[in-house]
Amino acid sequence: MNIYAIRAIYKFEMARTQRTLLQSVVYPVLSTSLYFVIFGSAIGSQINEVDGIAYAAFIVPGLIMLSLLTQSVSNASFAIYFPRFNGTIYELLSAPVAYYEVVIAYVGAAATKSVLIGLLILATAYFFVDLNIQHPLIMLGFLILTAVSFSLFGFILGIWADNFEKLQLVPLLVVTPLTFLGGTFYSISMLPPFWQNLSLLNPVVYLISGFRWSFYGEGDVSILASLGMTLGFLAICLAVVAWIFRTGYRLKP
Amino acid sequence: MQEPANQVPPAIQIDSLSKTFAGGFEALKGVSLDVSKGEIFALLGPNGAGKTTLISIVCGLVNPSGGTVKVEGFDILSDYRETRSRVGLVPQELTTDAFATVFGTVRFSRGLFGKPHDDVYVEQVLRDLSLWEKRDSEVHMLSGGMKRRLLIAKAMVHEPDVLFLDEPTAGVDVELRRDMWNLVRRLRDRGVTIVLTTHYIEEAEEMADRVGVINNGELILVQEKNALMQRLGEKRLVLKLNERLDTIPPTLSEKYELSLSDGGETLTYVYDARGEHTGITGLLSDLRDANLHFTDLDTEQSSLEDIFVNLVEQQR
Repeated sequence: MNIYAIRAIYKFEMARTQRTLLQSVVYPVLSTSLYFVIFGSAIGSQINEVDGIAYAAFIVPGLIMLSLLTQSVSNASFAIYFPRFNGTIYELLSAPVAYYEVVIAYVGAAATKSVLIGLLILATAYFFVDLNIQHPLIMLGFLILTAVSFSLFGFILGIWADNFEKLQLVPLLVVTPLTFLGGTFYSISMLPPFWQNLSLLNPVVYLISGFRWSFYGEGDVSILASLGMTLGFLAICLAVVAWIFRTGYRLKP
Repeated sequence: MQEPANQVPPAIQIDSLSKTFAGGFEALKGVSLDVSKGEIFALLGPNGAGKTTLISIVCGLVNPSGGTVKVEGFDILSDYRETRSRVGLVPQELTTDAFATVFGTVRFSRGLFGKPHDDVYVEQVLRDLSLWEKRDSEVHMLSGGMKRRLLIAKAMVHEPDVLFLDEPTAGVDVELRRDMWNLVRRLRDRGVTIVLTTHYIEEAEEMADRVGVINNGELILVQEKNALMQRLGEKRLVLKLNERLDTIPPTLSEKYELSLSDGGETLTYVYDARGEHTGITGLLSDLRDANLHFTDLDTEQSSLEDIFVNLVEQQR
């Protein structure tokens, strides 16, 4: 295993995060905190409890998930798209690295960053919201697992995209709507039966539900369904990445 | 093919290598080539001849369609770690990470190629390439020439045994060009094998031990540069004759290498300009004795360019 290469790529990516600290860390933390202020402190007091949880507290897991998903996808996709765009990918392709090493390094760096953002948002939430996490370890596990899965998804996206617009397309037009409709701001049980069933086709519902379960011991679906869904998504992404590197899709003519 | 155990395998061993791109373009048509350890090999050819494709396959940037490539006895596909850690590539385009620092990006390359951290070595490479003063600059601040030096530093910092230079002097000023050739010679002295592509004949002439001429995806000539220079040493004396001549008189053709052209109006004599006796004086007096007169005379030197153009034209 080429440990030196993994370390070099990982450090390079983390250095990029440091260079763009405002945009990559401060912005997502700040913009999510605005939700806490508005929905939690300002409007939240006017809203009834949801599933026996104060509304301000209810939205915290979903909002962390929202940031985690968009940040993982955009960070990982940009990390691999940019070298393709400016040509420096030649160095990676000519290096003695296996595909799984490339994936470990890039996805590891992207996931590290989004977990960091997730934890920062959580810490910020404590300032505005009364929070009590029932299963902190499971919460952390879910955070990491989701960050890794969606960074992997972003990595695939960054290889598939052949322009900047496509790169933005999925996070903005797919991930964000699915997250908003995935029960960030409401419980699925509040919807009419038809919309409840339709919501169950949205994979993000399972992520948010599982994450919320780790906070409050309750979710829209069972924790095992959430876990199964997340692991299934991870497995699909791994298979696609393996195929990409075996065929050289969009990387090697 | 298995190498005998007591024999050092060639640095690069290419066998019937072909590449057809997705669009159907045949960039390489069964190229075979051995490059020995420690030699400087120039791959010469016009744009689009297949030089970059050949290099890209050896380095792992392009998948081959057929044939095999070995680097120091290791297959580039099954033993890619072995081959790629031994190979360095300086690409044609100035592709660099804009916001990393010079030192950081060179250190990154060393790690990427599986070598342990060694800032002393990185410093040495930067000093060798006159980049040390710029070590803390961000890459986008560098001039084109400096970026070229940086790419060379990145390609060398993992101590490769084989270095590929793709069009190394494209857009490079005289000073850098001289520095670069000095560097190439120093590397060769250390036993590094160097393959460079160029469409400048002088470059191949100046640097290479051997020259391969590639055109339309085919390697049409591989020769020691000195043998090519031998051909270069040939000069031609061209005489415009007063009258049309049907055949060269045997008294002349026995003694001199002569040919007639332009319907018998031009007589050409080929001689070695570096020889002690060029035979020109003898030829001229023999011509007078044979009662042949001429209106004009000219000498021409055949250049590598002529040889190259001839070869390419013969192919058509």
